[in-house]
Amino acid sequence: MSTYLQLVVLFGSLSLMSIGGGNAVLPEMHLRAVNQDHWVNNGQFADLFSISQTAPGPSILIVGMIGYAAGLPVGGVAGGILGGVIATAAMVIPAASLVYGITLFWQKAEQSKWRIAVEKGFAPLTVGLILASSLVMSRSADHDWKAYALTAVCTLIFVRSKINPLFIVAIAGVIGYFGIV
Amino acid sequence: MSEGPLPPTERVSLATLALTFNHIALASFGGGLSAWSREILVVEKKWMGENEFLSAMTMCRILPGANQVNMAVFVGTKMRGLPGVVASVVGLCFMPLAIVLFMAWLYFQFKEVPAVKGVLHGASAAAVALTVAMVIKTGQKCLTGVIPVALFGLAFVLNGVLRWPLLGVLGIVAPLALIWAWPRGSKEEAAA
Repeated sequence: MSTYLQLVVLFGSLSLMSIGGGNAVLPEMHLRAVNQDHWVNNGQFADLFSISQTAPGPSILIVGMIGYAAGLPVGGVAGGILGGVIATAAMVIPAASLVYGITLFWQKAEQSKWRIAVEKGFAPLTVGLILASSLVMSRSADHDWKAYALTAVCTLIFVRSKINPLFIVAIAGVIGYFGIV
Repeated sequence: MSEGPLPPTERVSLATLALTFNHIALASFGGGLSAWSREILVVEKKWMGENEFLSAMTMCRILPGANQVNMAVFVGTKMRGLPGVVASVVGLCFMPLAIVLFMAWLYFQFKEVPAVKGVLHGASAAAVALTVAMVIKTGQKCLTGVIPVALFGLAFVLNGVLRWPLLGVLGIVAPLALIWAWPRGSKEEAAA
């Protein structure tokens, strides 16, 4: 079977299994890409994962990098790029189609008691989940007390001032570049 | 029934949708994509109300697919239907995919990506701060009583401290939230 077809089949099926976000299917992705299809080895998988986490954009971009690695032996850099695009499209399209169908239904249910209850009731719950995810983010980025202090200062700036957040993120990046945190 | 700013009735162009999601994606350097989504979709563009955004966020997490892609699908559908979905998703993914493929090229060419680790370590501290700031800003609006604060605390402790999986947390907290928020007749409202 052609490598590209394998990419479509693998990521197309992982797409619909990725309940709770792309990281939920990471173990399965590892099993297939490393142990079964040998597109990357163990160390490369870990490296690609950490690189993809630092890139801007959605969290599923490791898929594009695995597609690149799979396509590389087929057609060089161009084959790699094609593999990356195909793998990403296969990962996005099935789940996005499902969400599209559900959103259409949701838009029609504007007056339903369910929608009113979900919009009001899920708000406080979601804020709790967001705080939980910031805690998890800090831990996985291996933050020490200096990084936590930087987080606290930045939080204060974001809440109290109108300075463009991107400017603050860039300054924090410079602080990190000089190894202060 | 829904509070907050209603979306403007004039149609947003497909190019605007794509550029907006491109902006959100690229701003999230170091993380904090959901905070950037709120900043731009709710505060700046006023395409969604605060509660609509928050509830959509949780629904996008339950459904399969990356949360941020799902949010782009949700907003694209709401603003422009199927063409809007395509514009939003492509806008969100195109540049990040190009960047990641470039990094993959660097990695397989040189076996490492030039030292950006320190920069990203610093930037991620600020990205966490952006997310915490979002908690404070949205919390001020929706944590207005004992029950919402309890729902917030329960979701945080179960998911963040005890590290329960999302579906387990929602299995407990979501029914409580729905019971609390279910629209009642006016005569019961005083009791609730």
